[in-house]
Amino acid sequence: MSKLNLNKTWNYAAATESTNHILLKEKYDLFINGEFVKSNSKKYFDTINPATDEVIAKISEANKKDIDLAVKSAKIAFRRWSKLKAKERGKYIFRIARMIQERAKEFAVIESMDGGKPIRESRDVDIPLAANHFFYYAGWADKLEYAFPNKTPKPLGVAGQIIPWNFPLLMAAWKIAPAIACGNTVVLKPAETTSLTALKLAEIIQESGLPKGVVNIVTGAGNTGAEIVNHPDIDKIAFTGSTNVGKLIQKSISGTKKKSTLELGGKGANIIFEDAAIDQAVEGIVNAIFFNQGHVCCAGSRLFVQESVANVVIEKLKDRMSSLIVGNPLDKNTDIGAINSKEQLATINKYIKIGQEEGGEIYQSKCSISKKGNWCPPTLFLNVSQSHTIVQEEIFGPVLAIQTFRTIDEVIEKANNTPFGLSAGVWTEKGSKIFKLTQELNAGVVWANTYNKFDPTSPFGGFKESGFGREGGLHGLKAYLKFE
Amino acid sequence: MSFPDLLKIPKIDKLGVQEIVNRFCKRSIKTSAKKHGLHLALSMIDLTTLEGKDTTDKVRRLCYKASHLHNSLQGLPNVAAVCVYPTLVRVAKKELEGTKINIASVATAFPSGQSTLDVKLSDTKFAVNEGADEVDMVISRGKFLAGEYNFVYDEIAAVKEACGKAHLKVILETGELDTLDNVRKASDIAIYAGADFIKTSTGKISPAATMPVTFVMLNAIKDYYKKTGIKIGMKPAGGISTAKIALQYLVMLNETLGYDWMNKDLFRFGASSLANDVLMQLQKQESGYYQSLDYFSKD
Repeated sequence: MSKLNLNKTWNYAAATESTNHILLKEKYDLFINGEFVKSNSKKYFDTINPATDEVIAKISEANKKDIDLAVKSAKIAFRRWSKLKAKERGKYIFRIARMIQERAKEFAVIESMDGGKPIRESRDVDIPLAANHFFYYAGWADKLEYAFPNKTPKPLGVAGQIIPWNFPLLMAAWKIAPAIACGNTVVLKPAETTSLTALKLAEIIQESGLPKGVVNIVTGAGNTGAEIVNHPDIDKIAFTGSTNVGKLIQKSISGTKKKSTLELGGKGANIIFEDAAIDQAVEGIVNAIFFNQGHVCCAGSRLFVQESVANVVIEKLKDRMSSLIVGNPLDKNTDIGAINSKEQLATINKYIKIGQEEGGEIYQSKCSISKKGNWCPPTLFLNVSQSHTIVQEEIFGPVLAIQTFRTIDEVIEKANNTPFGLSAGVWTEKGSKIFKLTQELNAGVVWANTYNKFDPTSPFGGFKESGFGREGGLHGLKAYLKFE
Repeated sequence: MSFPDLLKIPKIDKLGVQEIVNRFCKRSIKTSAKKHGLHLALSMIDLTTLEGKDTTDKVRRLCYKASHLHNSLQGLPNVAAVCVYPTLVRVAKKELEGTKINIASVATAFPSGQSTLDVKLSDTKFAVNEGADEVDMVISRGKFLAGEYNFVYDEIAAVKEACGKAHLKVILETGELDTLDNVRKASDIAIYAGADFIKTSTGKISPAATMPVTFVMLNAIKDYYKKTGIKIGMKPAGGISTAKIALQYLVMLNETLGYDWMNKDLFRFGASSLANDVLMQLQKQESGYYQSLDYFSKD
């Protein structure tokens, strides 16, 4: 096959998003009962720009006493918030949504600085979707009786919510919006590497006039999270993160009355049939695994290609990878940004090493990478099987394991042959084949001829060890209500 | 040359194409990259006049414009070619003597293509004998939509032969082909039948060139190159009237076929008003402010 000259190209000059319009404090305290308060631990930790290794701000570490205060204020606020006219609750949430929209650019820049994701994604995906979630659930606030006719929906009480670092603001929106729309109050903890946009959201919440204590945002690492999980006055735990932590949470709340929804890891199967629109499927593969540097729980990290088109697909995929731009997350032309943290980069590199040691054939696109910051080029593994570690375990990085298949039954069996069950993708022009697969794949989401599409109206959640409970849509309300 | 295997032609997903095209449009082209892109765009223009009311004087003026784009800007490239009807090729030839600007001529009963093969071949030969370096032919869309792919293929092959040394651009008139799957099929037929370039439109049918259509055609070119090592050119025509749109096409070209295609030998814009907008943008790059459109000559 002749090679395309995609390495030497028309180089786009830097088009960096300006950072001079954003307002950041040097130190961020805890947001409890409507005020920013110093933590009892008196400790701060750094939040770092993963693209430059620079410290952006200092974040307060909440301890047991702080969590106690936060839960107490949420519990007191619940009395009035849950009895407030539903229409009034909705108004506050609409206001928060509009304020996010007004400050979308600022949020996008901070999200990219703090988390390393390309500005193209934070600007076009994270922030607009976060605002949409607030809009969507604001609309439901006074219609709960219609959503669940002949049942009497009642809020649960205080929700403890722990969110991951891959979509910081968006995950906060997924958690807070349905919870408060249903009349609950919230204690939310963002991930320790990406607390900033949640704290900016706290500023918006403060400005919006939302009654004090309805939303409390506390920062810190795993220990802080454990304090929330174990607090006796928490009525519900909503967690998004790793399967290991999810299992720990389930252990610690067993025997209590706490309800829970867990959205955990995944190892999504992306399946390309020979009758698919091949060029668009290749684009779909790129979207499935390289979106947000592969830090996506529903990433299509296992690719299955039908043998008859495997060579063509892999060749086209390699070409496409060489035109992806890896670099400064704030550059508007960047396709793949920085890996979120040193720890995560070490994990990804560990898996890349294991993949090679186990005999996988590695391919990485060439890209010039800055010495500072955390980077990983887009990576493929060929010649791997279901028995390889990198096919079995979640890597949470831009690493794709490629296998081929011959028949439809074979690929269904392999796709389901994983402890996870969060997502899958099917690429074929044949409608009946899509329906067969959606019936038989054990995954919470199955995308057909597209991948990684999200919408507030659509429920999202896992099968098996990818968790339980749904977020988004009507189903997302159910997780924050009890029926009498 | 052989007939393409129609069973192996990839299917096209319209939404998927639209999605990647949107992504190309979001590239931010600034400063040095913009200047380079604008120069490139200028050098790829087929400056076109294809009207029933064209006269020798009109063609003369167009040719003068082609070789004197904007005298107050230094280091400008020339456009790639001037595109006229066969009867005006001789006029253009004379006017452009001594320049490196090619003369392209539409032929084969342009724009409808509703005529016999004999007429189409003599139309082609006439244009070439008058001095055309490039021939832009139209395919028989009616036959294509009726499923007579062999007819379309044979016709292109015959015109190619009649062209002799002149380069053949094959106009698919994608605005009449209805689906992107058809665009892809027609692209493959044209390429396998001997086209040097494939071109979207005559400019007489709306929609003319669009980015999704061009993207599908670029992929046909890519697959053919991968298979044979032969580079086919691409010419979107009609509707590309601003520098901004032209840069978006170049981004798409850059990221689909790469640098080898980033020149006038393998990529052209068929346009009449694009040049002035590109010039205006270049002037702005130089001076930092926009000049009035009245500073740019309209010929």
